[in-house]
Amino acid sequence: MKENHIILDYIDDKLSIKFYGEFNLYNISEYEDKLNKIELTKIKIVDLDFSELTFLDSAGAIFIDSFEKKMFSNDISVDILSKDKNILNTIKLIKDEKKDAPKLSHPKKESITERIGRRTYNNYLGFISFIAFMGEMFATKFHYLRSYKNIRFKEIAYELNDSMVKAFGIIALTSFLIGLVVAYQSAYQLKLYGANIFIVDMLGISILRELAPLITAIVIAGRSGSAFTAQIGAMKITQELDAMRTMGFDPHKFLVIPKIIALMIAMPILIFLADMMGILGGMVVANIDLSITTDLFLDRFNEVVDVKHFFIGILKGPFFAFLIASIAIYRGLMVKNDTQSIGVNTTKSVVESIFAVIVCDAIFSIVFTNLGI
Amino acid sequence: MDKVIEVKNLKTVLDSRVIHNGLNLTINRGDIYGLLGPSGCGKTTLLREMVMLEKIQGGDIEVLGQNLNHINHNQAQKLRREWGVLFQAGALFSSLTLKENISLPLVEYTNLSKKMIDEIVEFKINIVGLKPSDAHLYPSQISGGMNKKAALARSLAMDPKLLFLDEPTSGLDPISARDFDNLILKLRELFNLTIIMVTHDLESIYGTLDRLAIIDQQKIAYEGSLENIKSVESEFIQTFFEGKYE
Repeated sequence: MKENHIILDYIDDKLSIKFYGEFNLYNISEYEDKLNKIELTKIKIVDLDFSELTFLDSAGAIFIDSFEKKMFSNDISVDILSKDKNILNTIKLIKDEKKDAPKLSHPKKESITERIGRRTYNNYLGFISFIAFMGEMFATKFHYLRSYKNIRFKEIAYELNDSMVKAFGIIALTSFLIGLVVAYQSAYQLKLYGANIFIVDMLGISILRELAPLITAIVIAGRSGSAFTAQIGAMKITQELDAMRTMGFDPHKFLVIPKIIALMIAMPILIFLADMMGILGGMVVANIDLSITTDLFLDRFNEVVDVKHFFIGILKGPFFAFLIASIAIYRGLMVKNDTQSIGVNTTKSVVESIFAVIVCDAIFSIVFTNLGI
Repeated sequence: MDKVIEVKNLKTVLDSRVIHNGLNLTINRGDIYGLLGPSGCGKTTLLREMVMLEKIQGGDIEVLGQNLNHINHNQAQKLRREWGVLFQAGALFSSLTLKENISLPLVEYTNLSKKMIDEIVEFKINIVGLKPSDAHLYPSQISGGMNKKAALARSLAMDPKLLFLDEPTSGLDPISARDFDNLILKLRELFNLTIIMVTHDLESIYGTLDRLAIIDQQKIAYEGSLENIKSVESEFIQTFFEGKYE
């Protein structure tokens, strides 16, 4: 009789349920299905026969207890037939514990209006705290930049190496490929009209003015922005930021401002690199696909592409850098005391900074167009 | 005895939960003062308020004669150089070696020569019981006990008058924990420190504390020396100090 099962037996208005083997966590659901099928109207007495039961665990006992209560509420009396001390003790223990145990409180479900309200309010608080962060940052910036001695050259140099020198490879490769792809796609269209030489105008303006700054900003947001957030977030969790504060080292001075300054220096240089590599990519396609020689390409480039396009592209650099760095650091400081929020904030940091960069680019476009530049 | 820290009528609310309400305590110079209480009673929060990491919401805290509610930037910076804080997990800067961690305040705040700084760091490393050869390791390369010792050395770098310790012996094995207690006693002798610590470790409570405060039910349930503590009627004190468990 190793097998665990139950047998239901109806005698007039009496139901006897006999348990065999063990009654534990693993067979509750099976028994529950069977016991739910009992037609309660037909019976008056239930006998729970545990004489063949070898083991009852606490989950089984809880099930028996609630089964009994269900029967009582239907005016059915329940008898427990068992001589096993252990089983009776388990049942008694559960009954005693359940009597005065407070019920687990379920968190109150909130309505849609409540949720919308709470989210809006939280977003509002988030916005306010971002403004507060910017205010504090500018205040410390002015406070520290009064004397050049306060500028942390060592930290800035370290950040420059990390977010500029080490990024040269990836920026060069990405922008080279972008130049290649743009030139390749337009070469086909231009050939149709025999307007081969106009590839120079097109590439020159689009890459110098828009593509190089945007691509650089996106790569840097993914590369340095996420690194800033994760680093500052981890420092917050390990209480390193607290330690800095109690030692009187303002994290703004040591972490925030060096990072922002470094990125603002790095970005124009990276955009310059992206300009060169993008044009180079275009030049390769022009040479192969449209048989425009390098000399011809450069002559035409000199003629038609104004230097202002180059300067507009470079000028965008510090603005993008400022947005990326400040959003990344702000997100890092928002990390709460759990590891999950590092992930959440890093994601938000990258998404928000790319979004901010694109919005900023759109504003530049409108402004420059209206100024006639 | 002059007062080093005085907390008056402190009130703290975190996430609509009242932590402290009308909390008062006084810490005298030269004391090793313990903050005790059931978990969640706000011992660490109180410590954080004393070191200006948490804003004071109601009441006053005076540290070395400075009221933290009316303190300007320069006074605060000066005060921060007069205390050392040891965080529960050490909080050594993970990008710096132990030596760089300990010398950081010296490099930033003084214009001592490199040689002088090295000597000071060497002295501090020895005094907390680390080996000079550990100085070039990074915090990720050392054990928990060494981490605490190094963090203690860093908090002592500027020869502070006040030392705040947040659960200094938690996470240490009993032998290291007793070593740490002895270290704290030795440091008090050497530097004439006032030490404020949050602790749960009964042996270190009996071994080191001169006075202690027990925070329970948002207030101070007891403040004073260990001798009279058992006469106090508080469920926490009775259970904690007599080992009476239901």
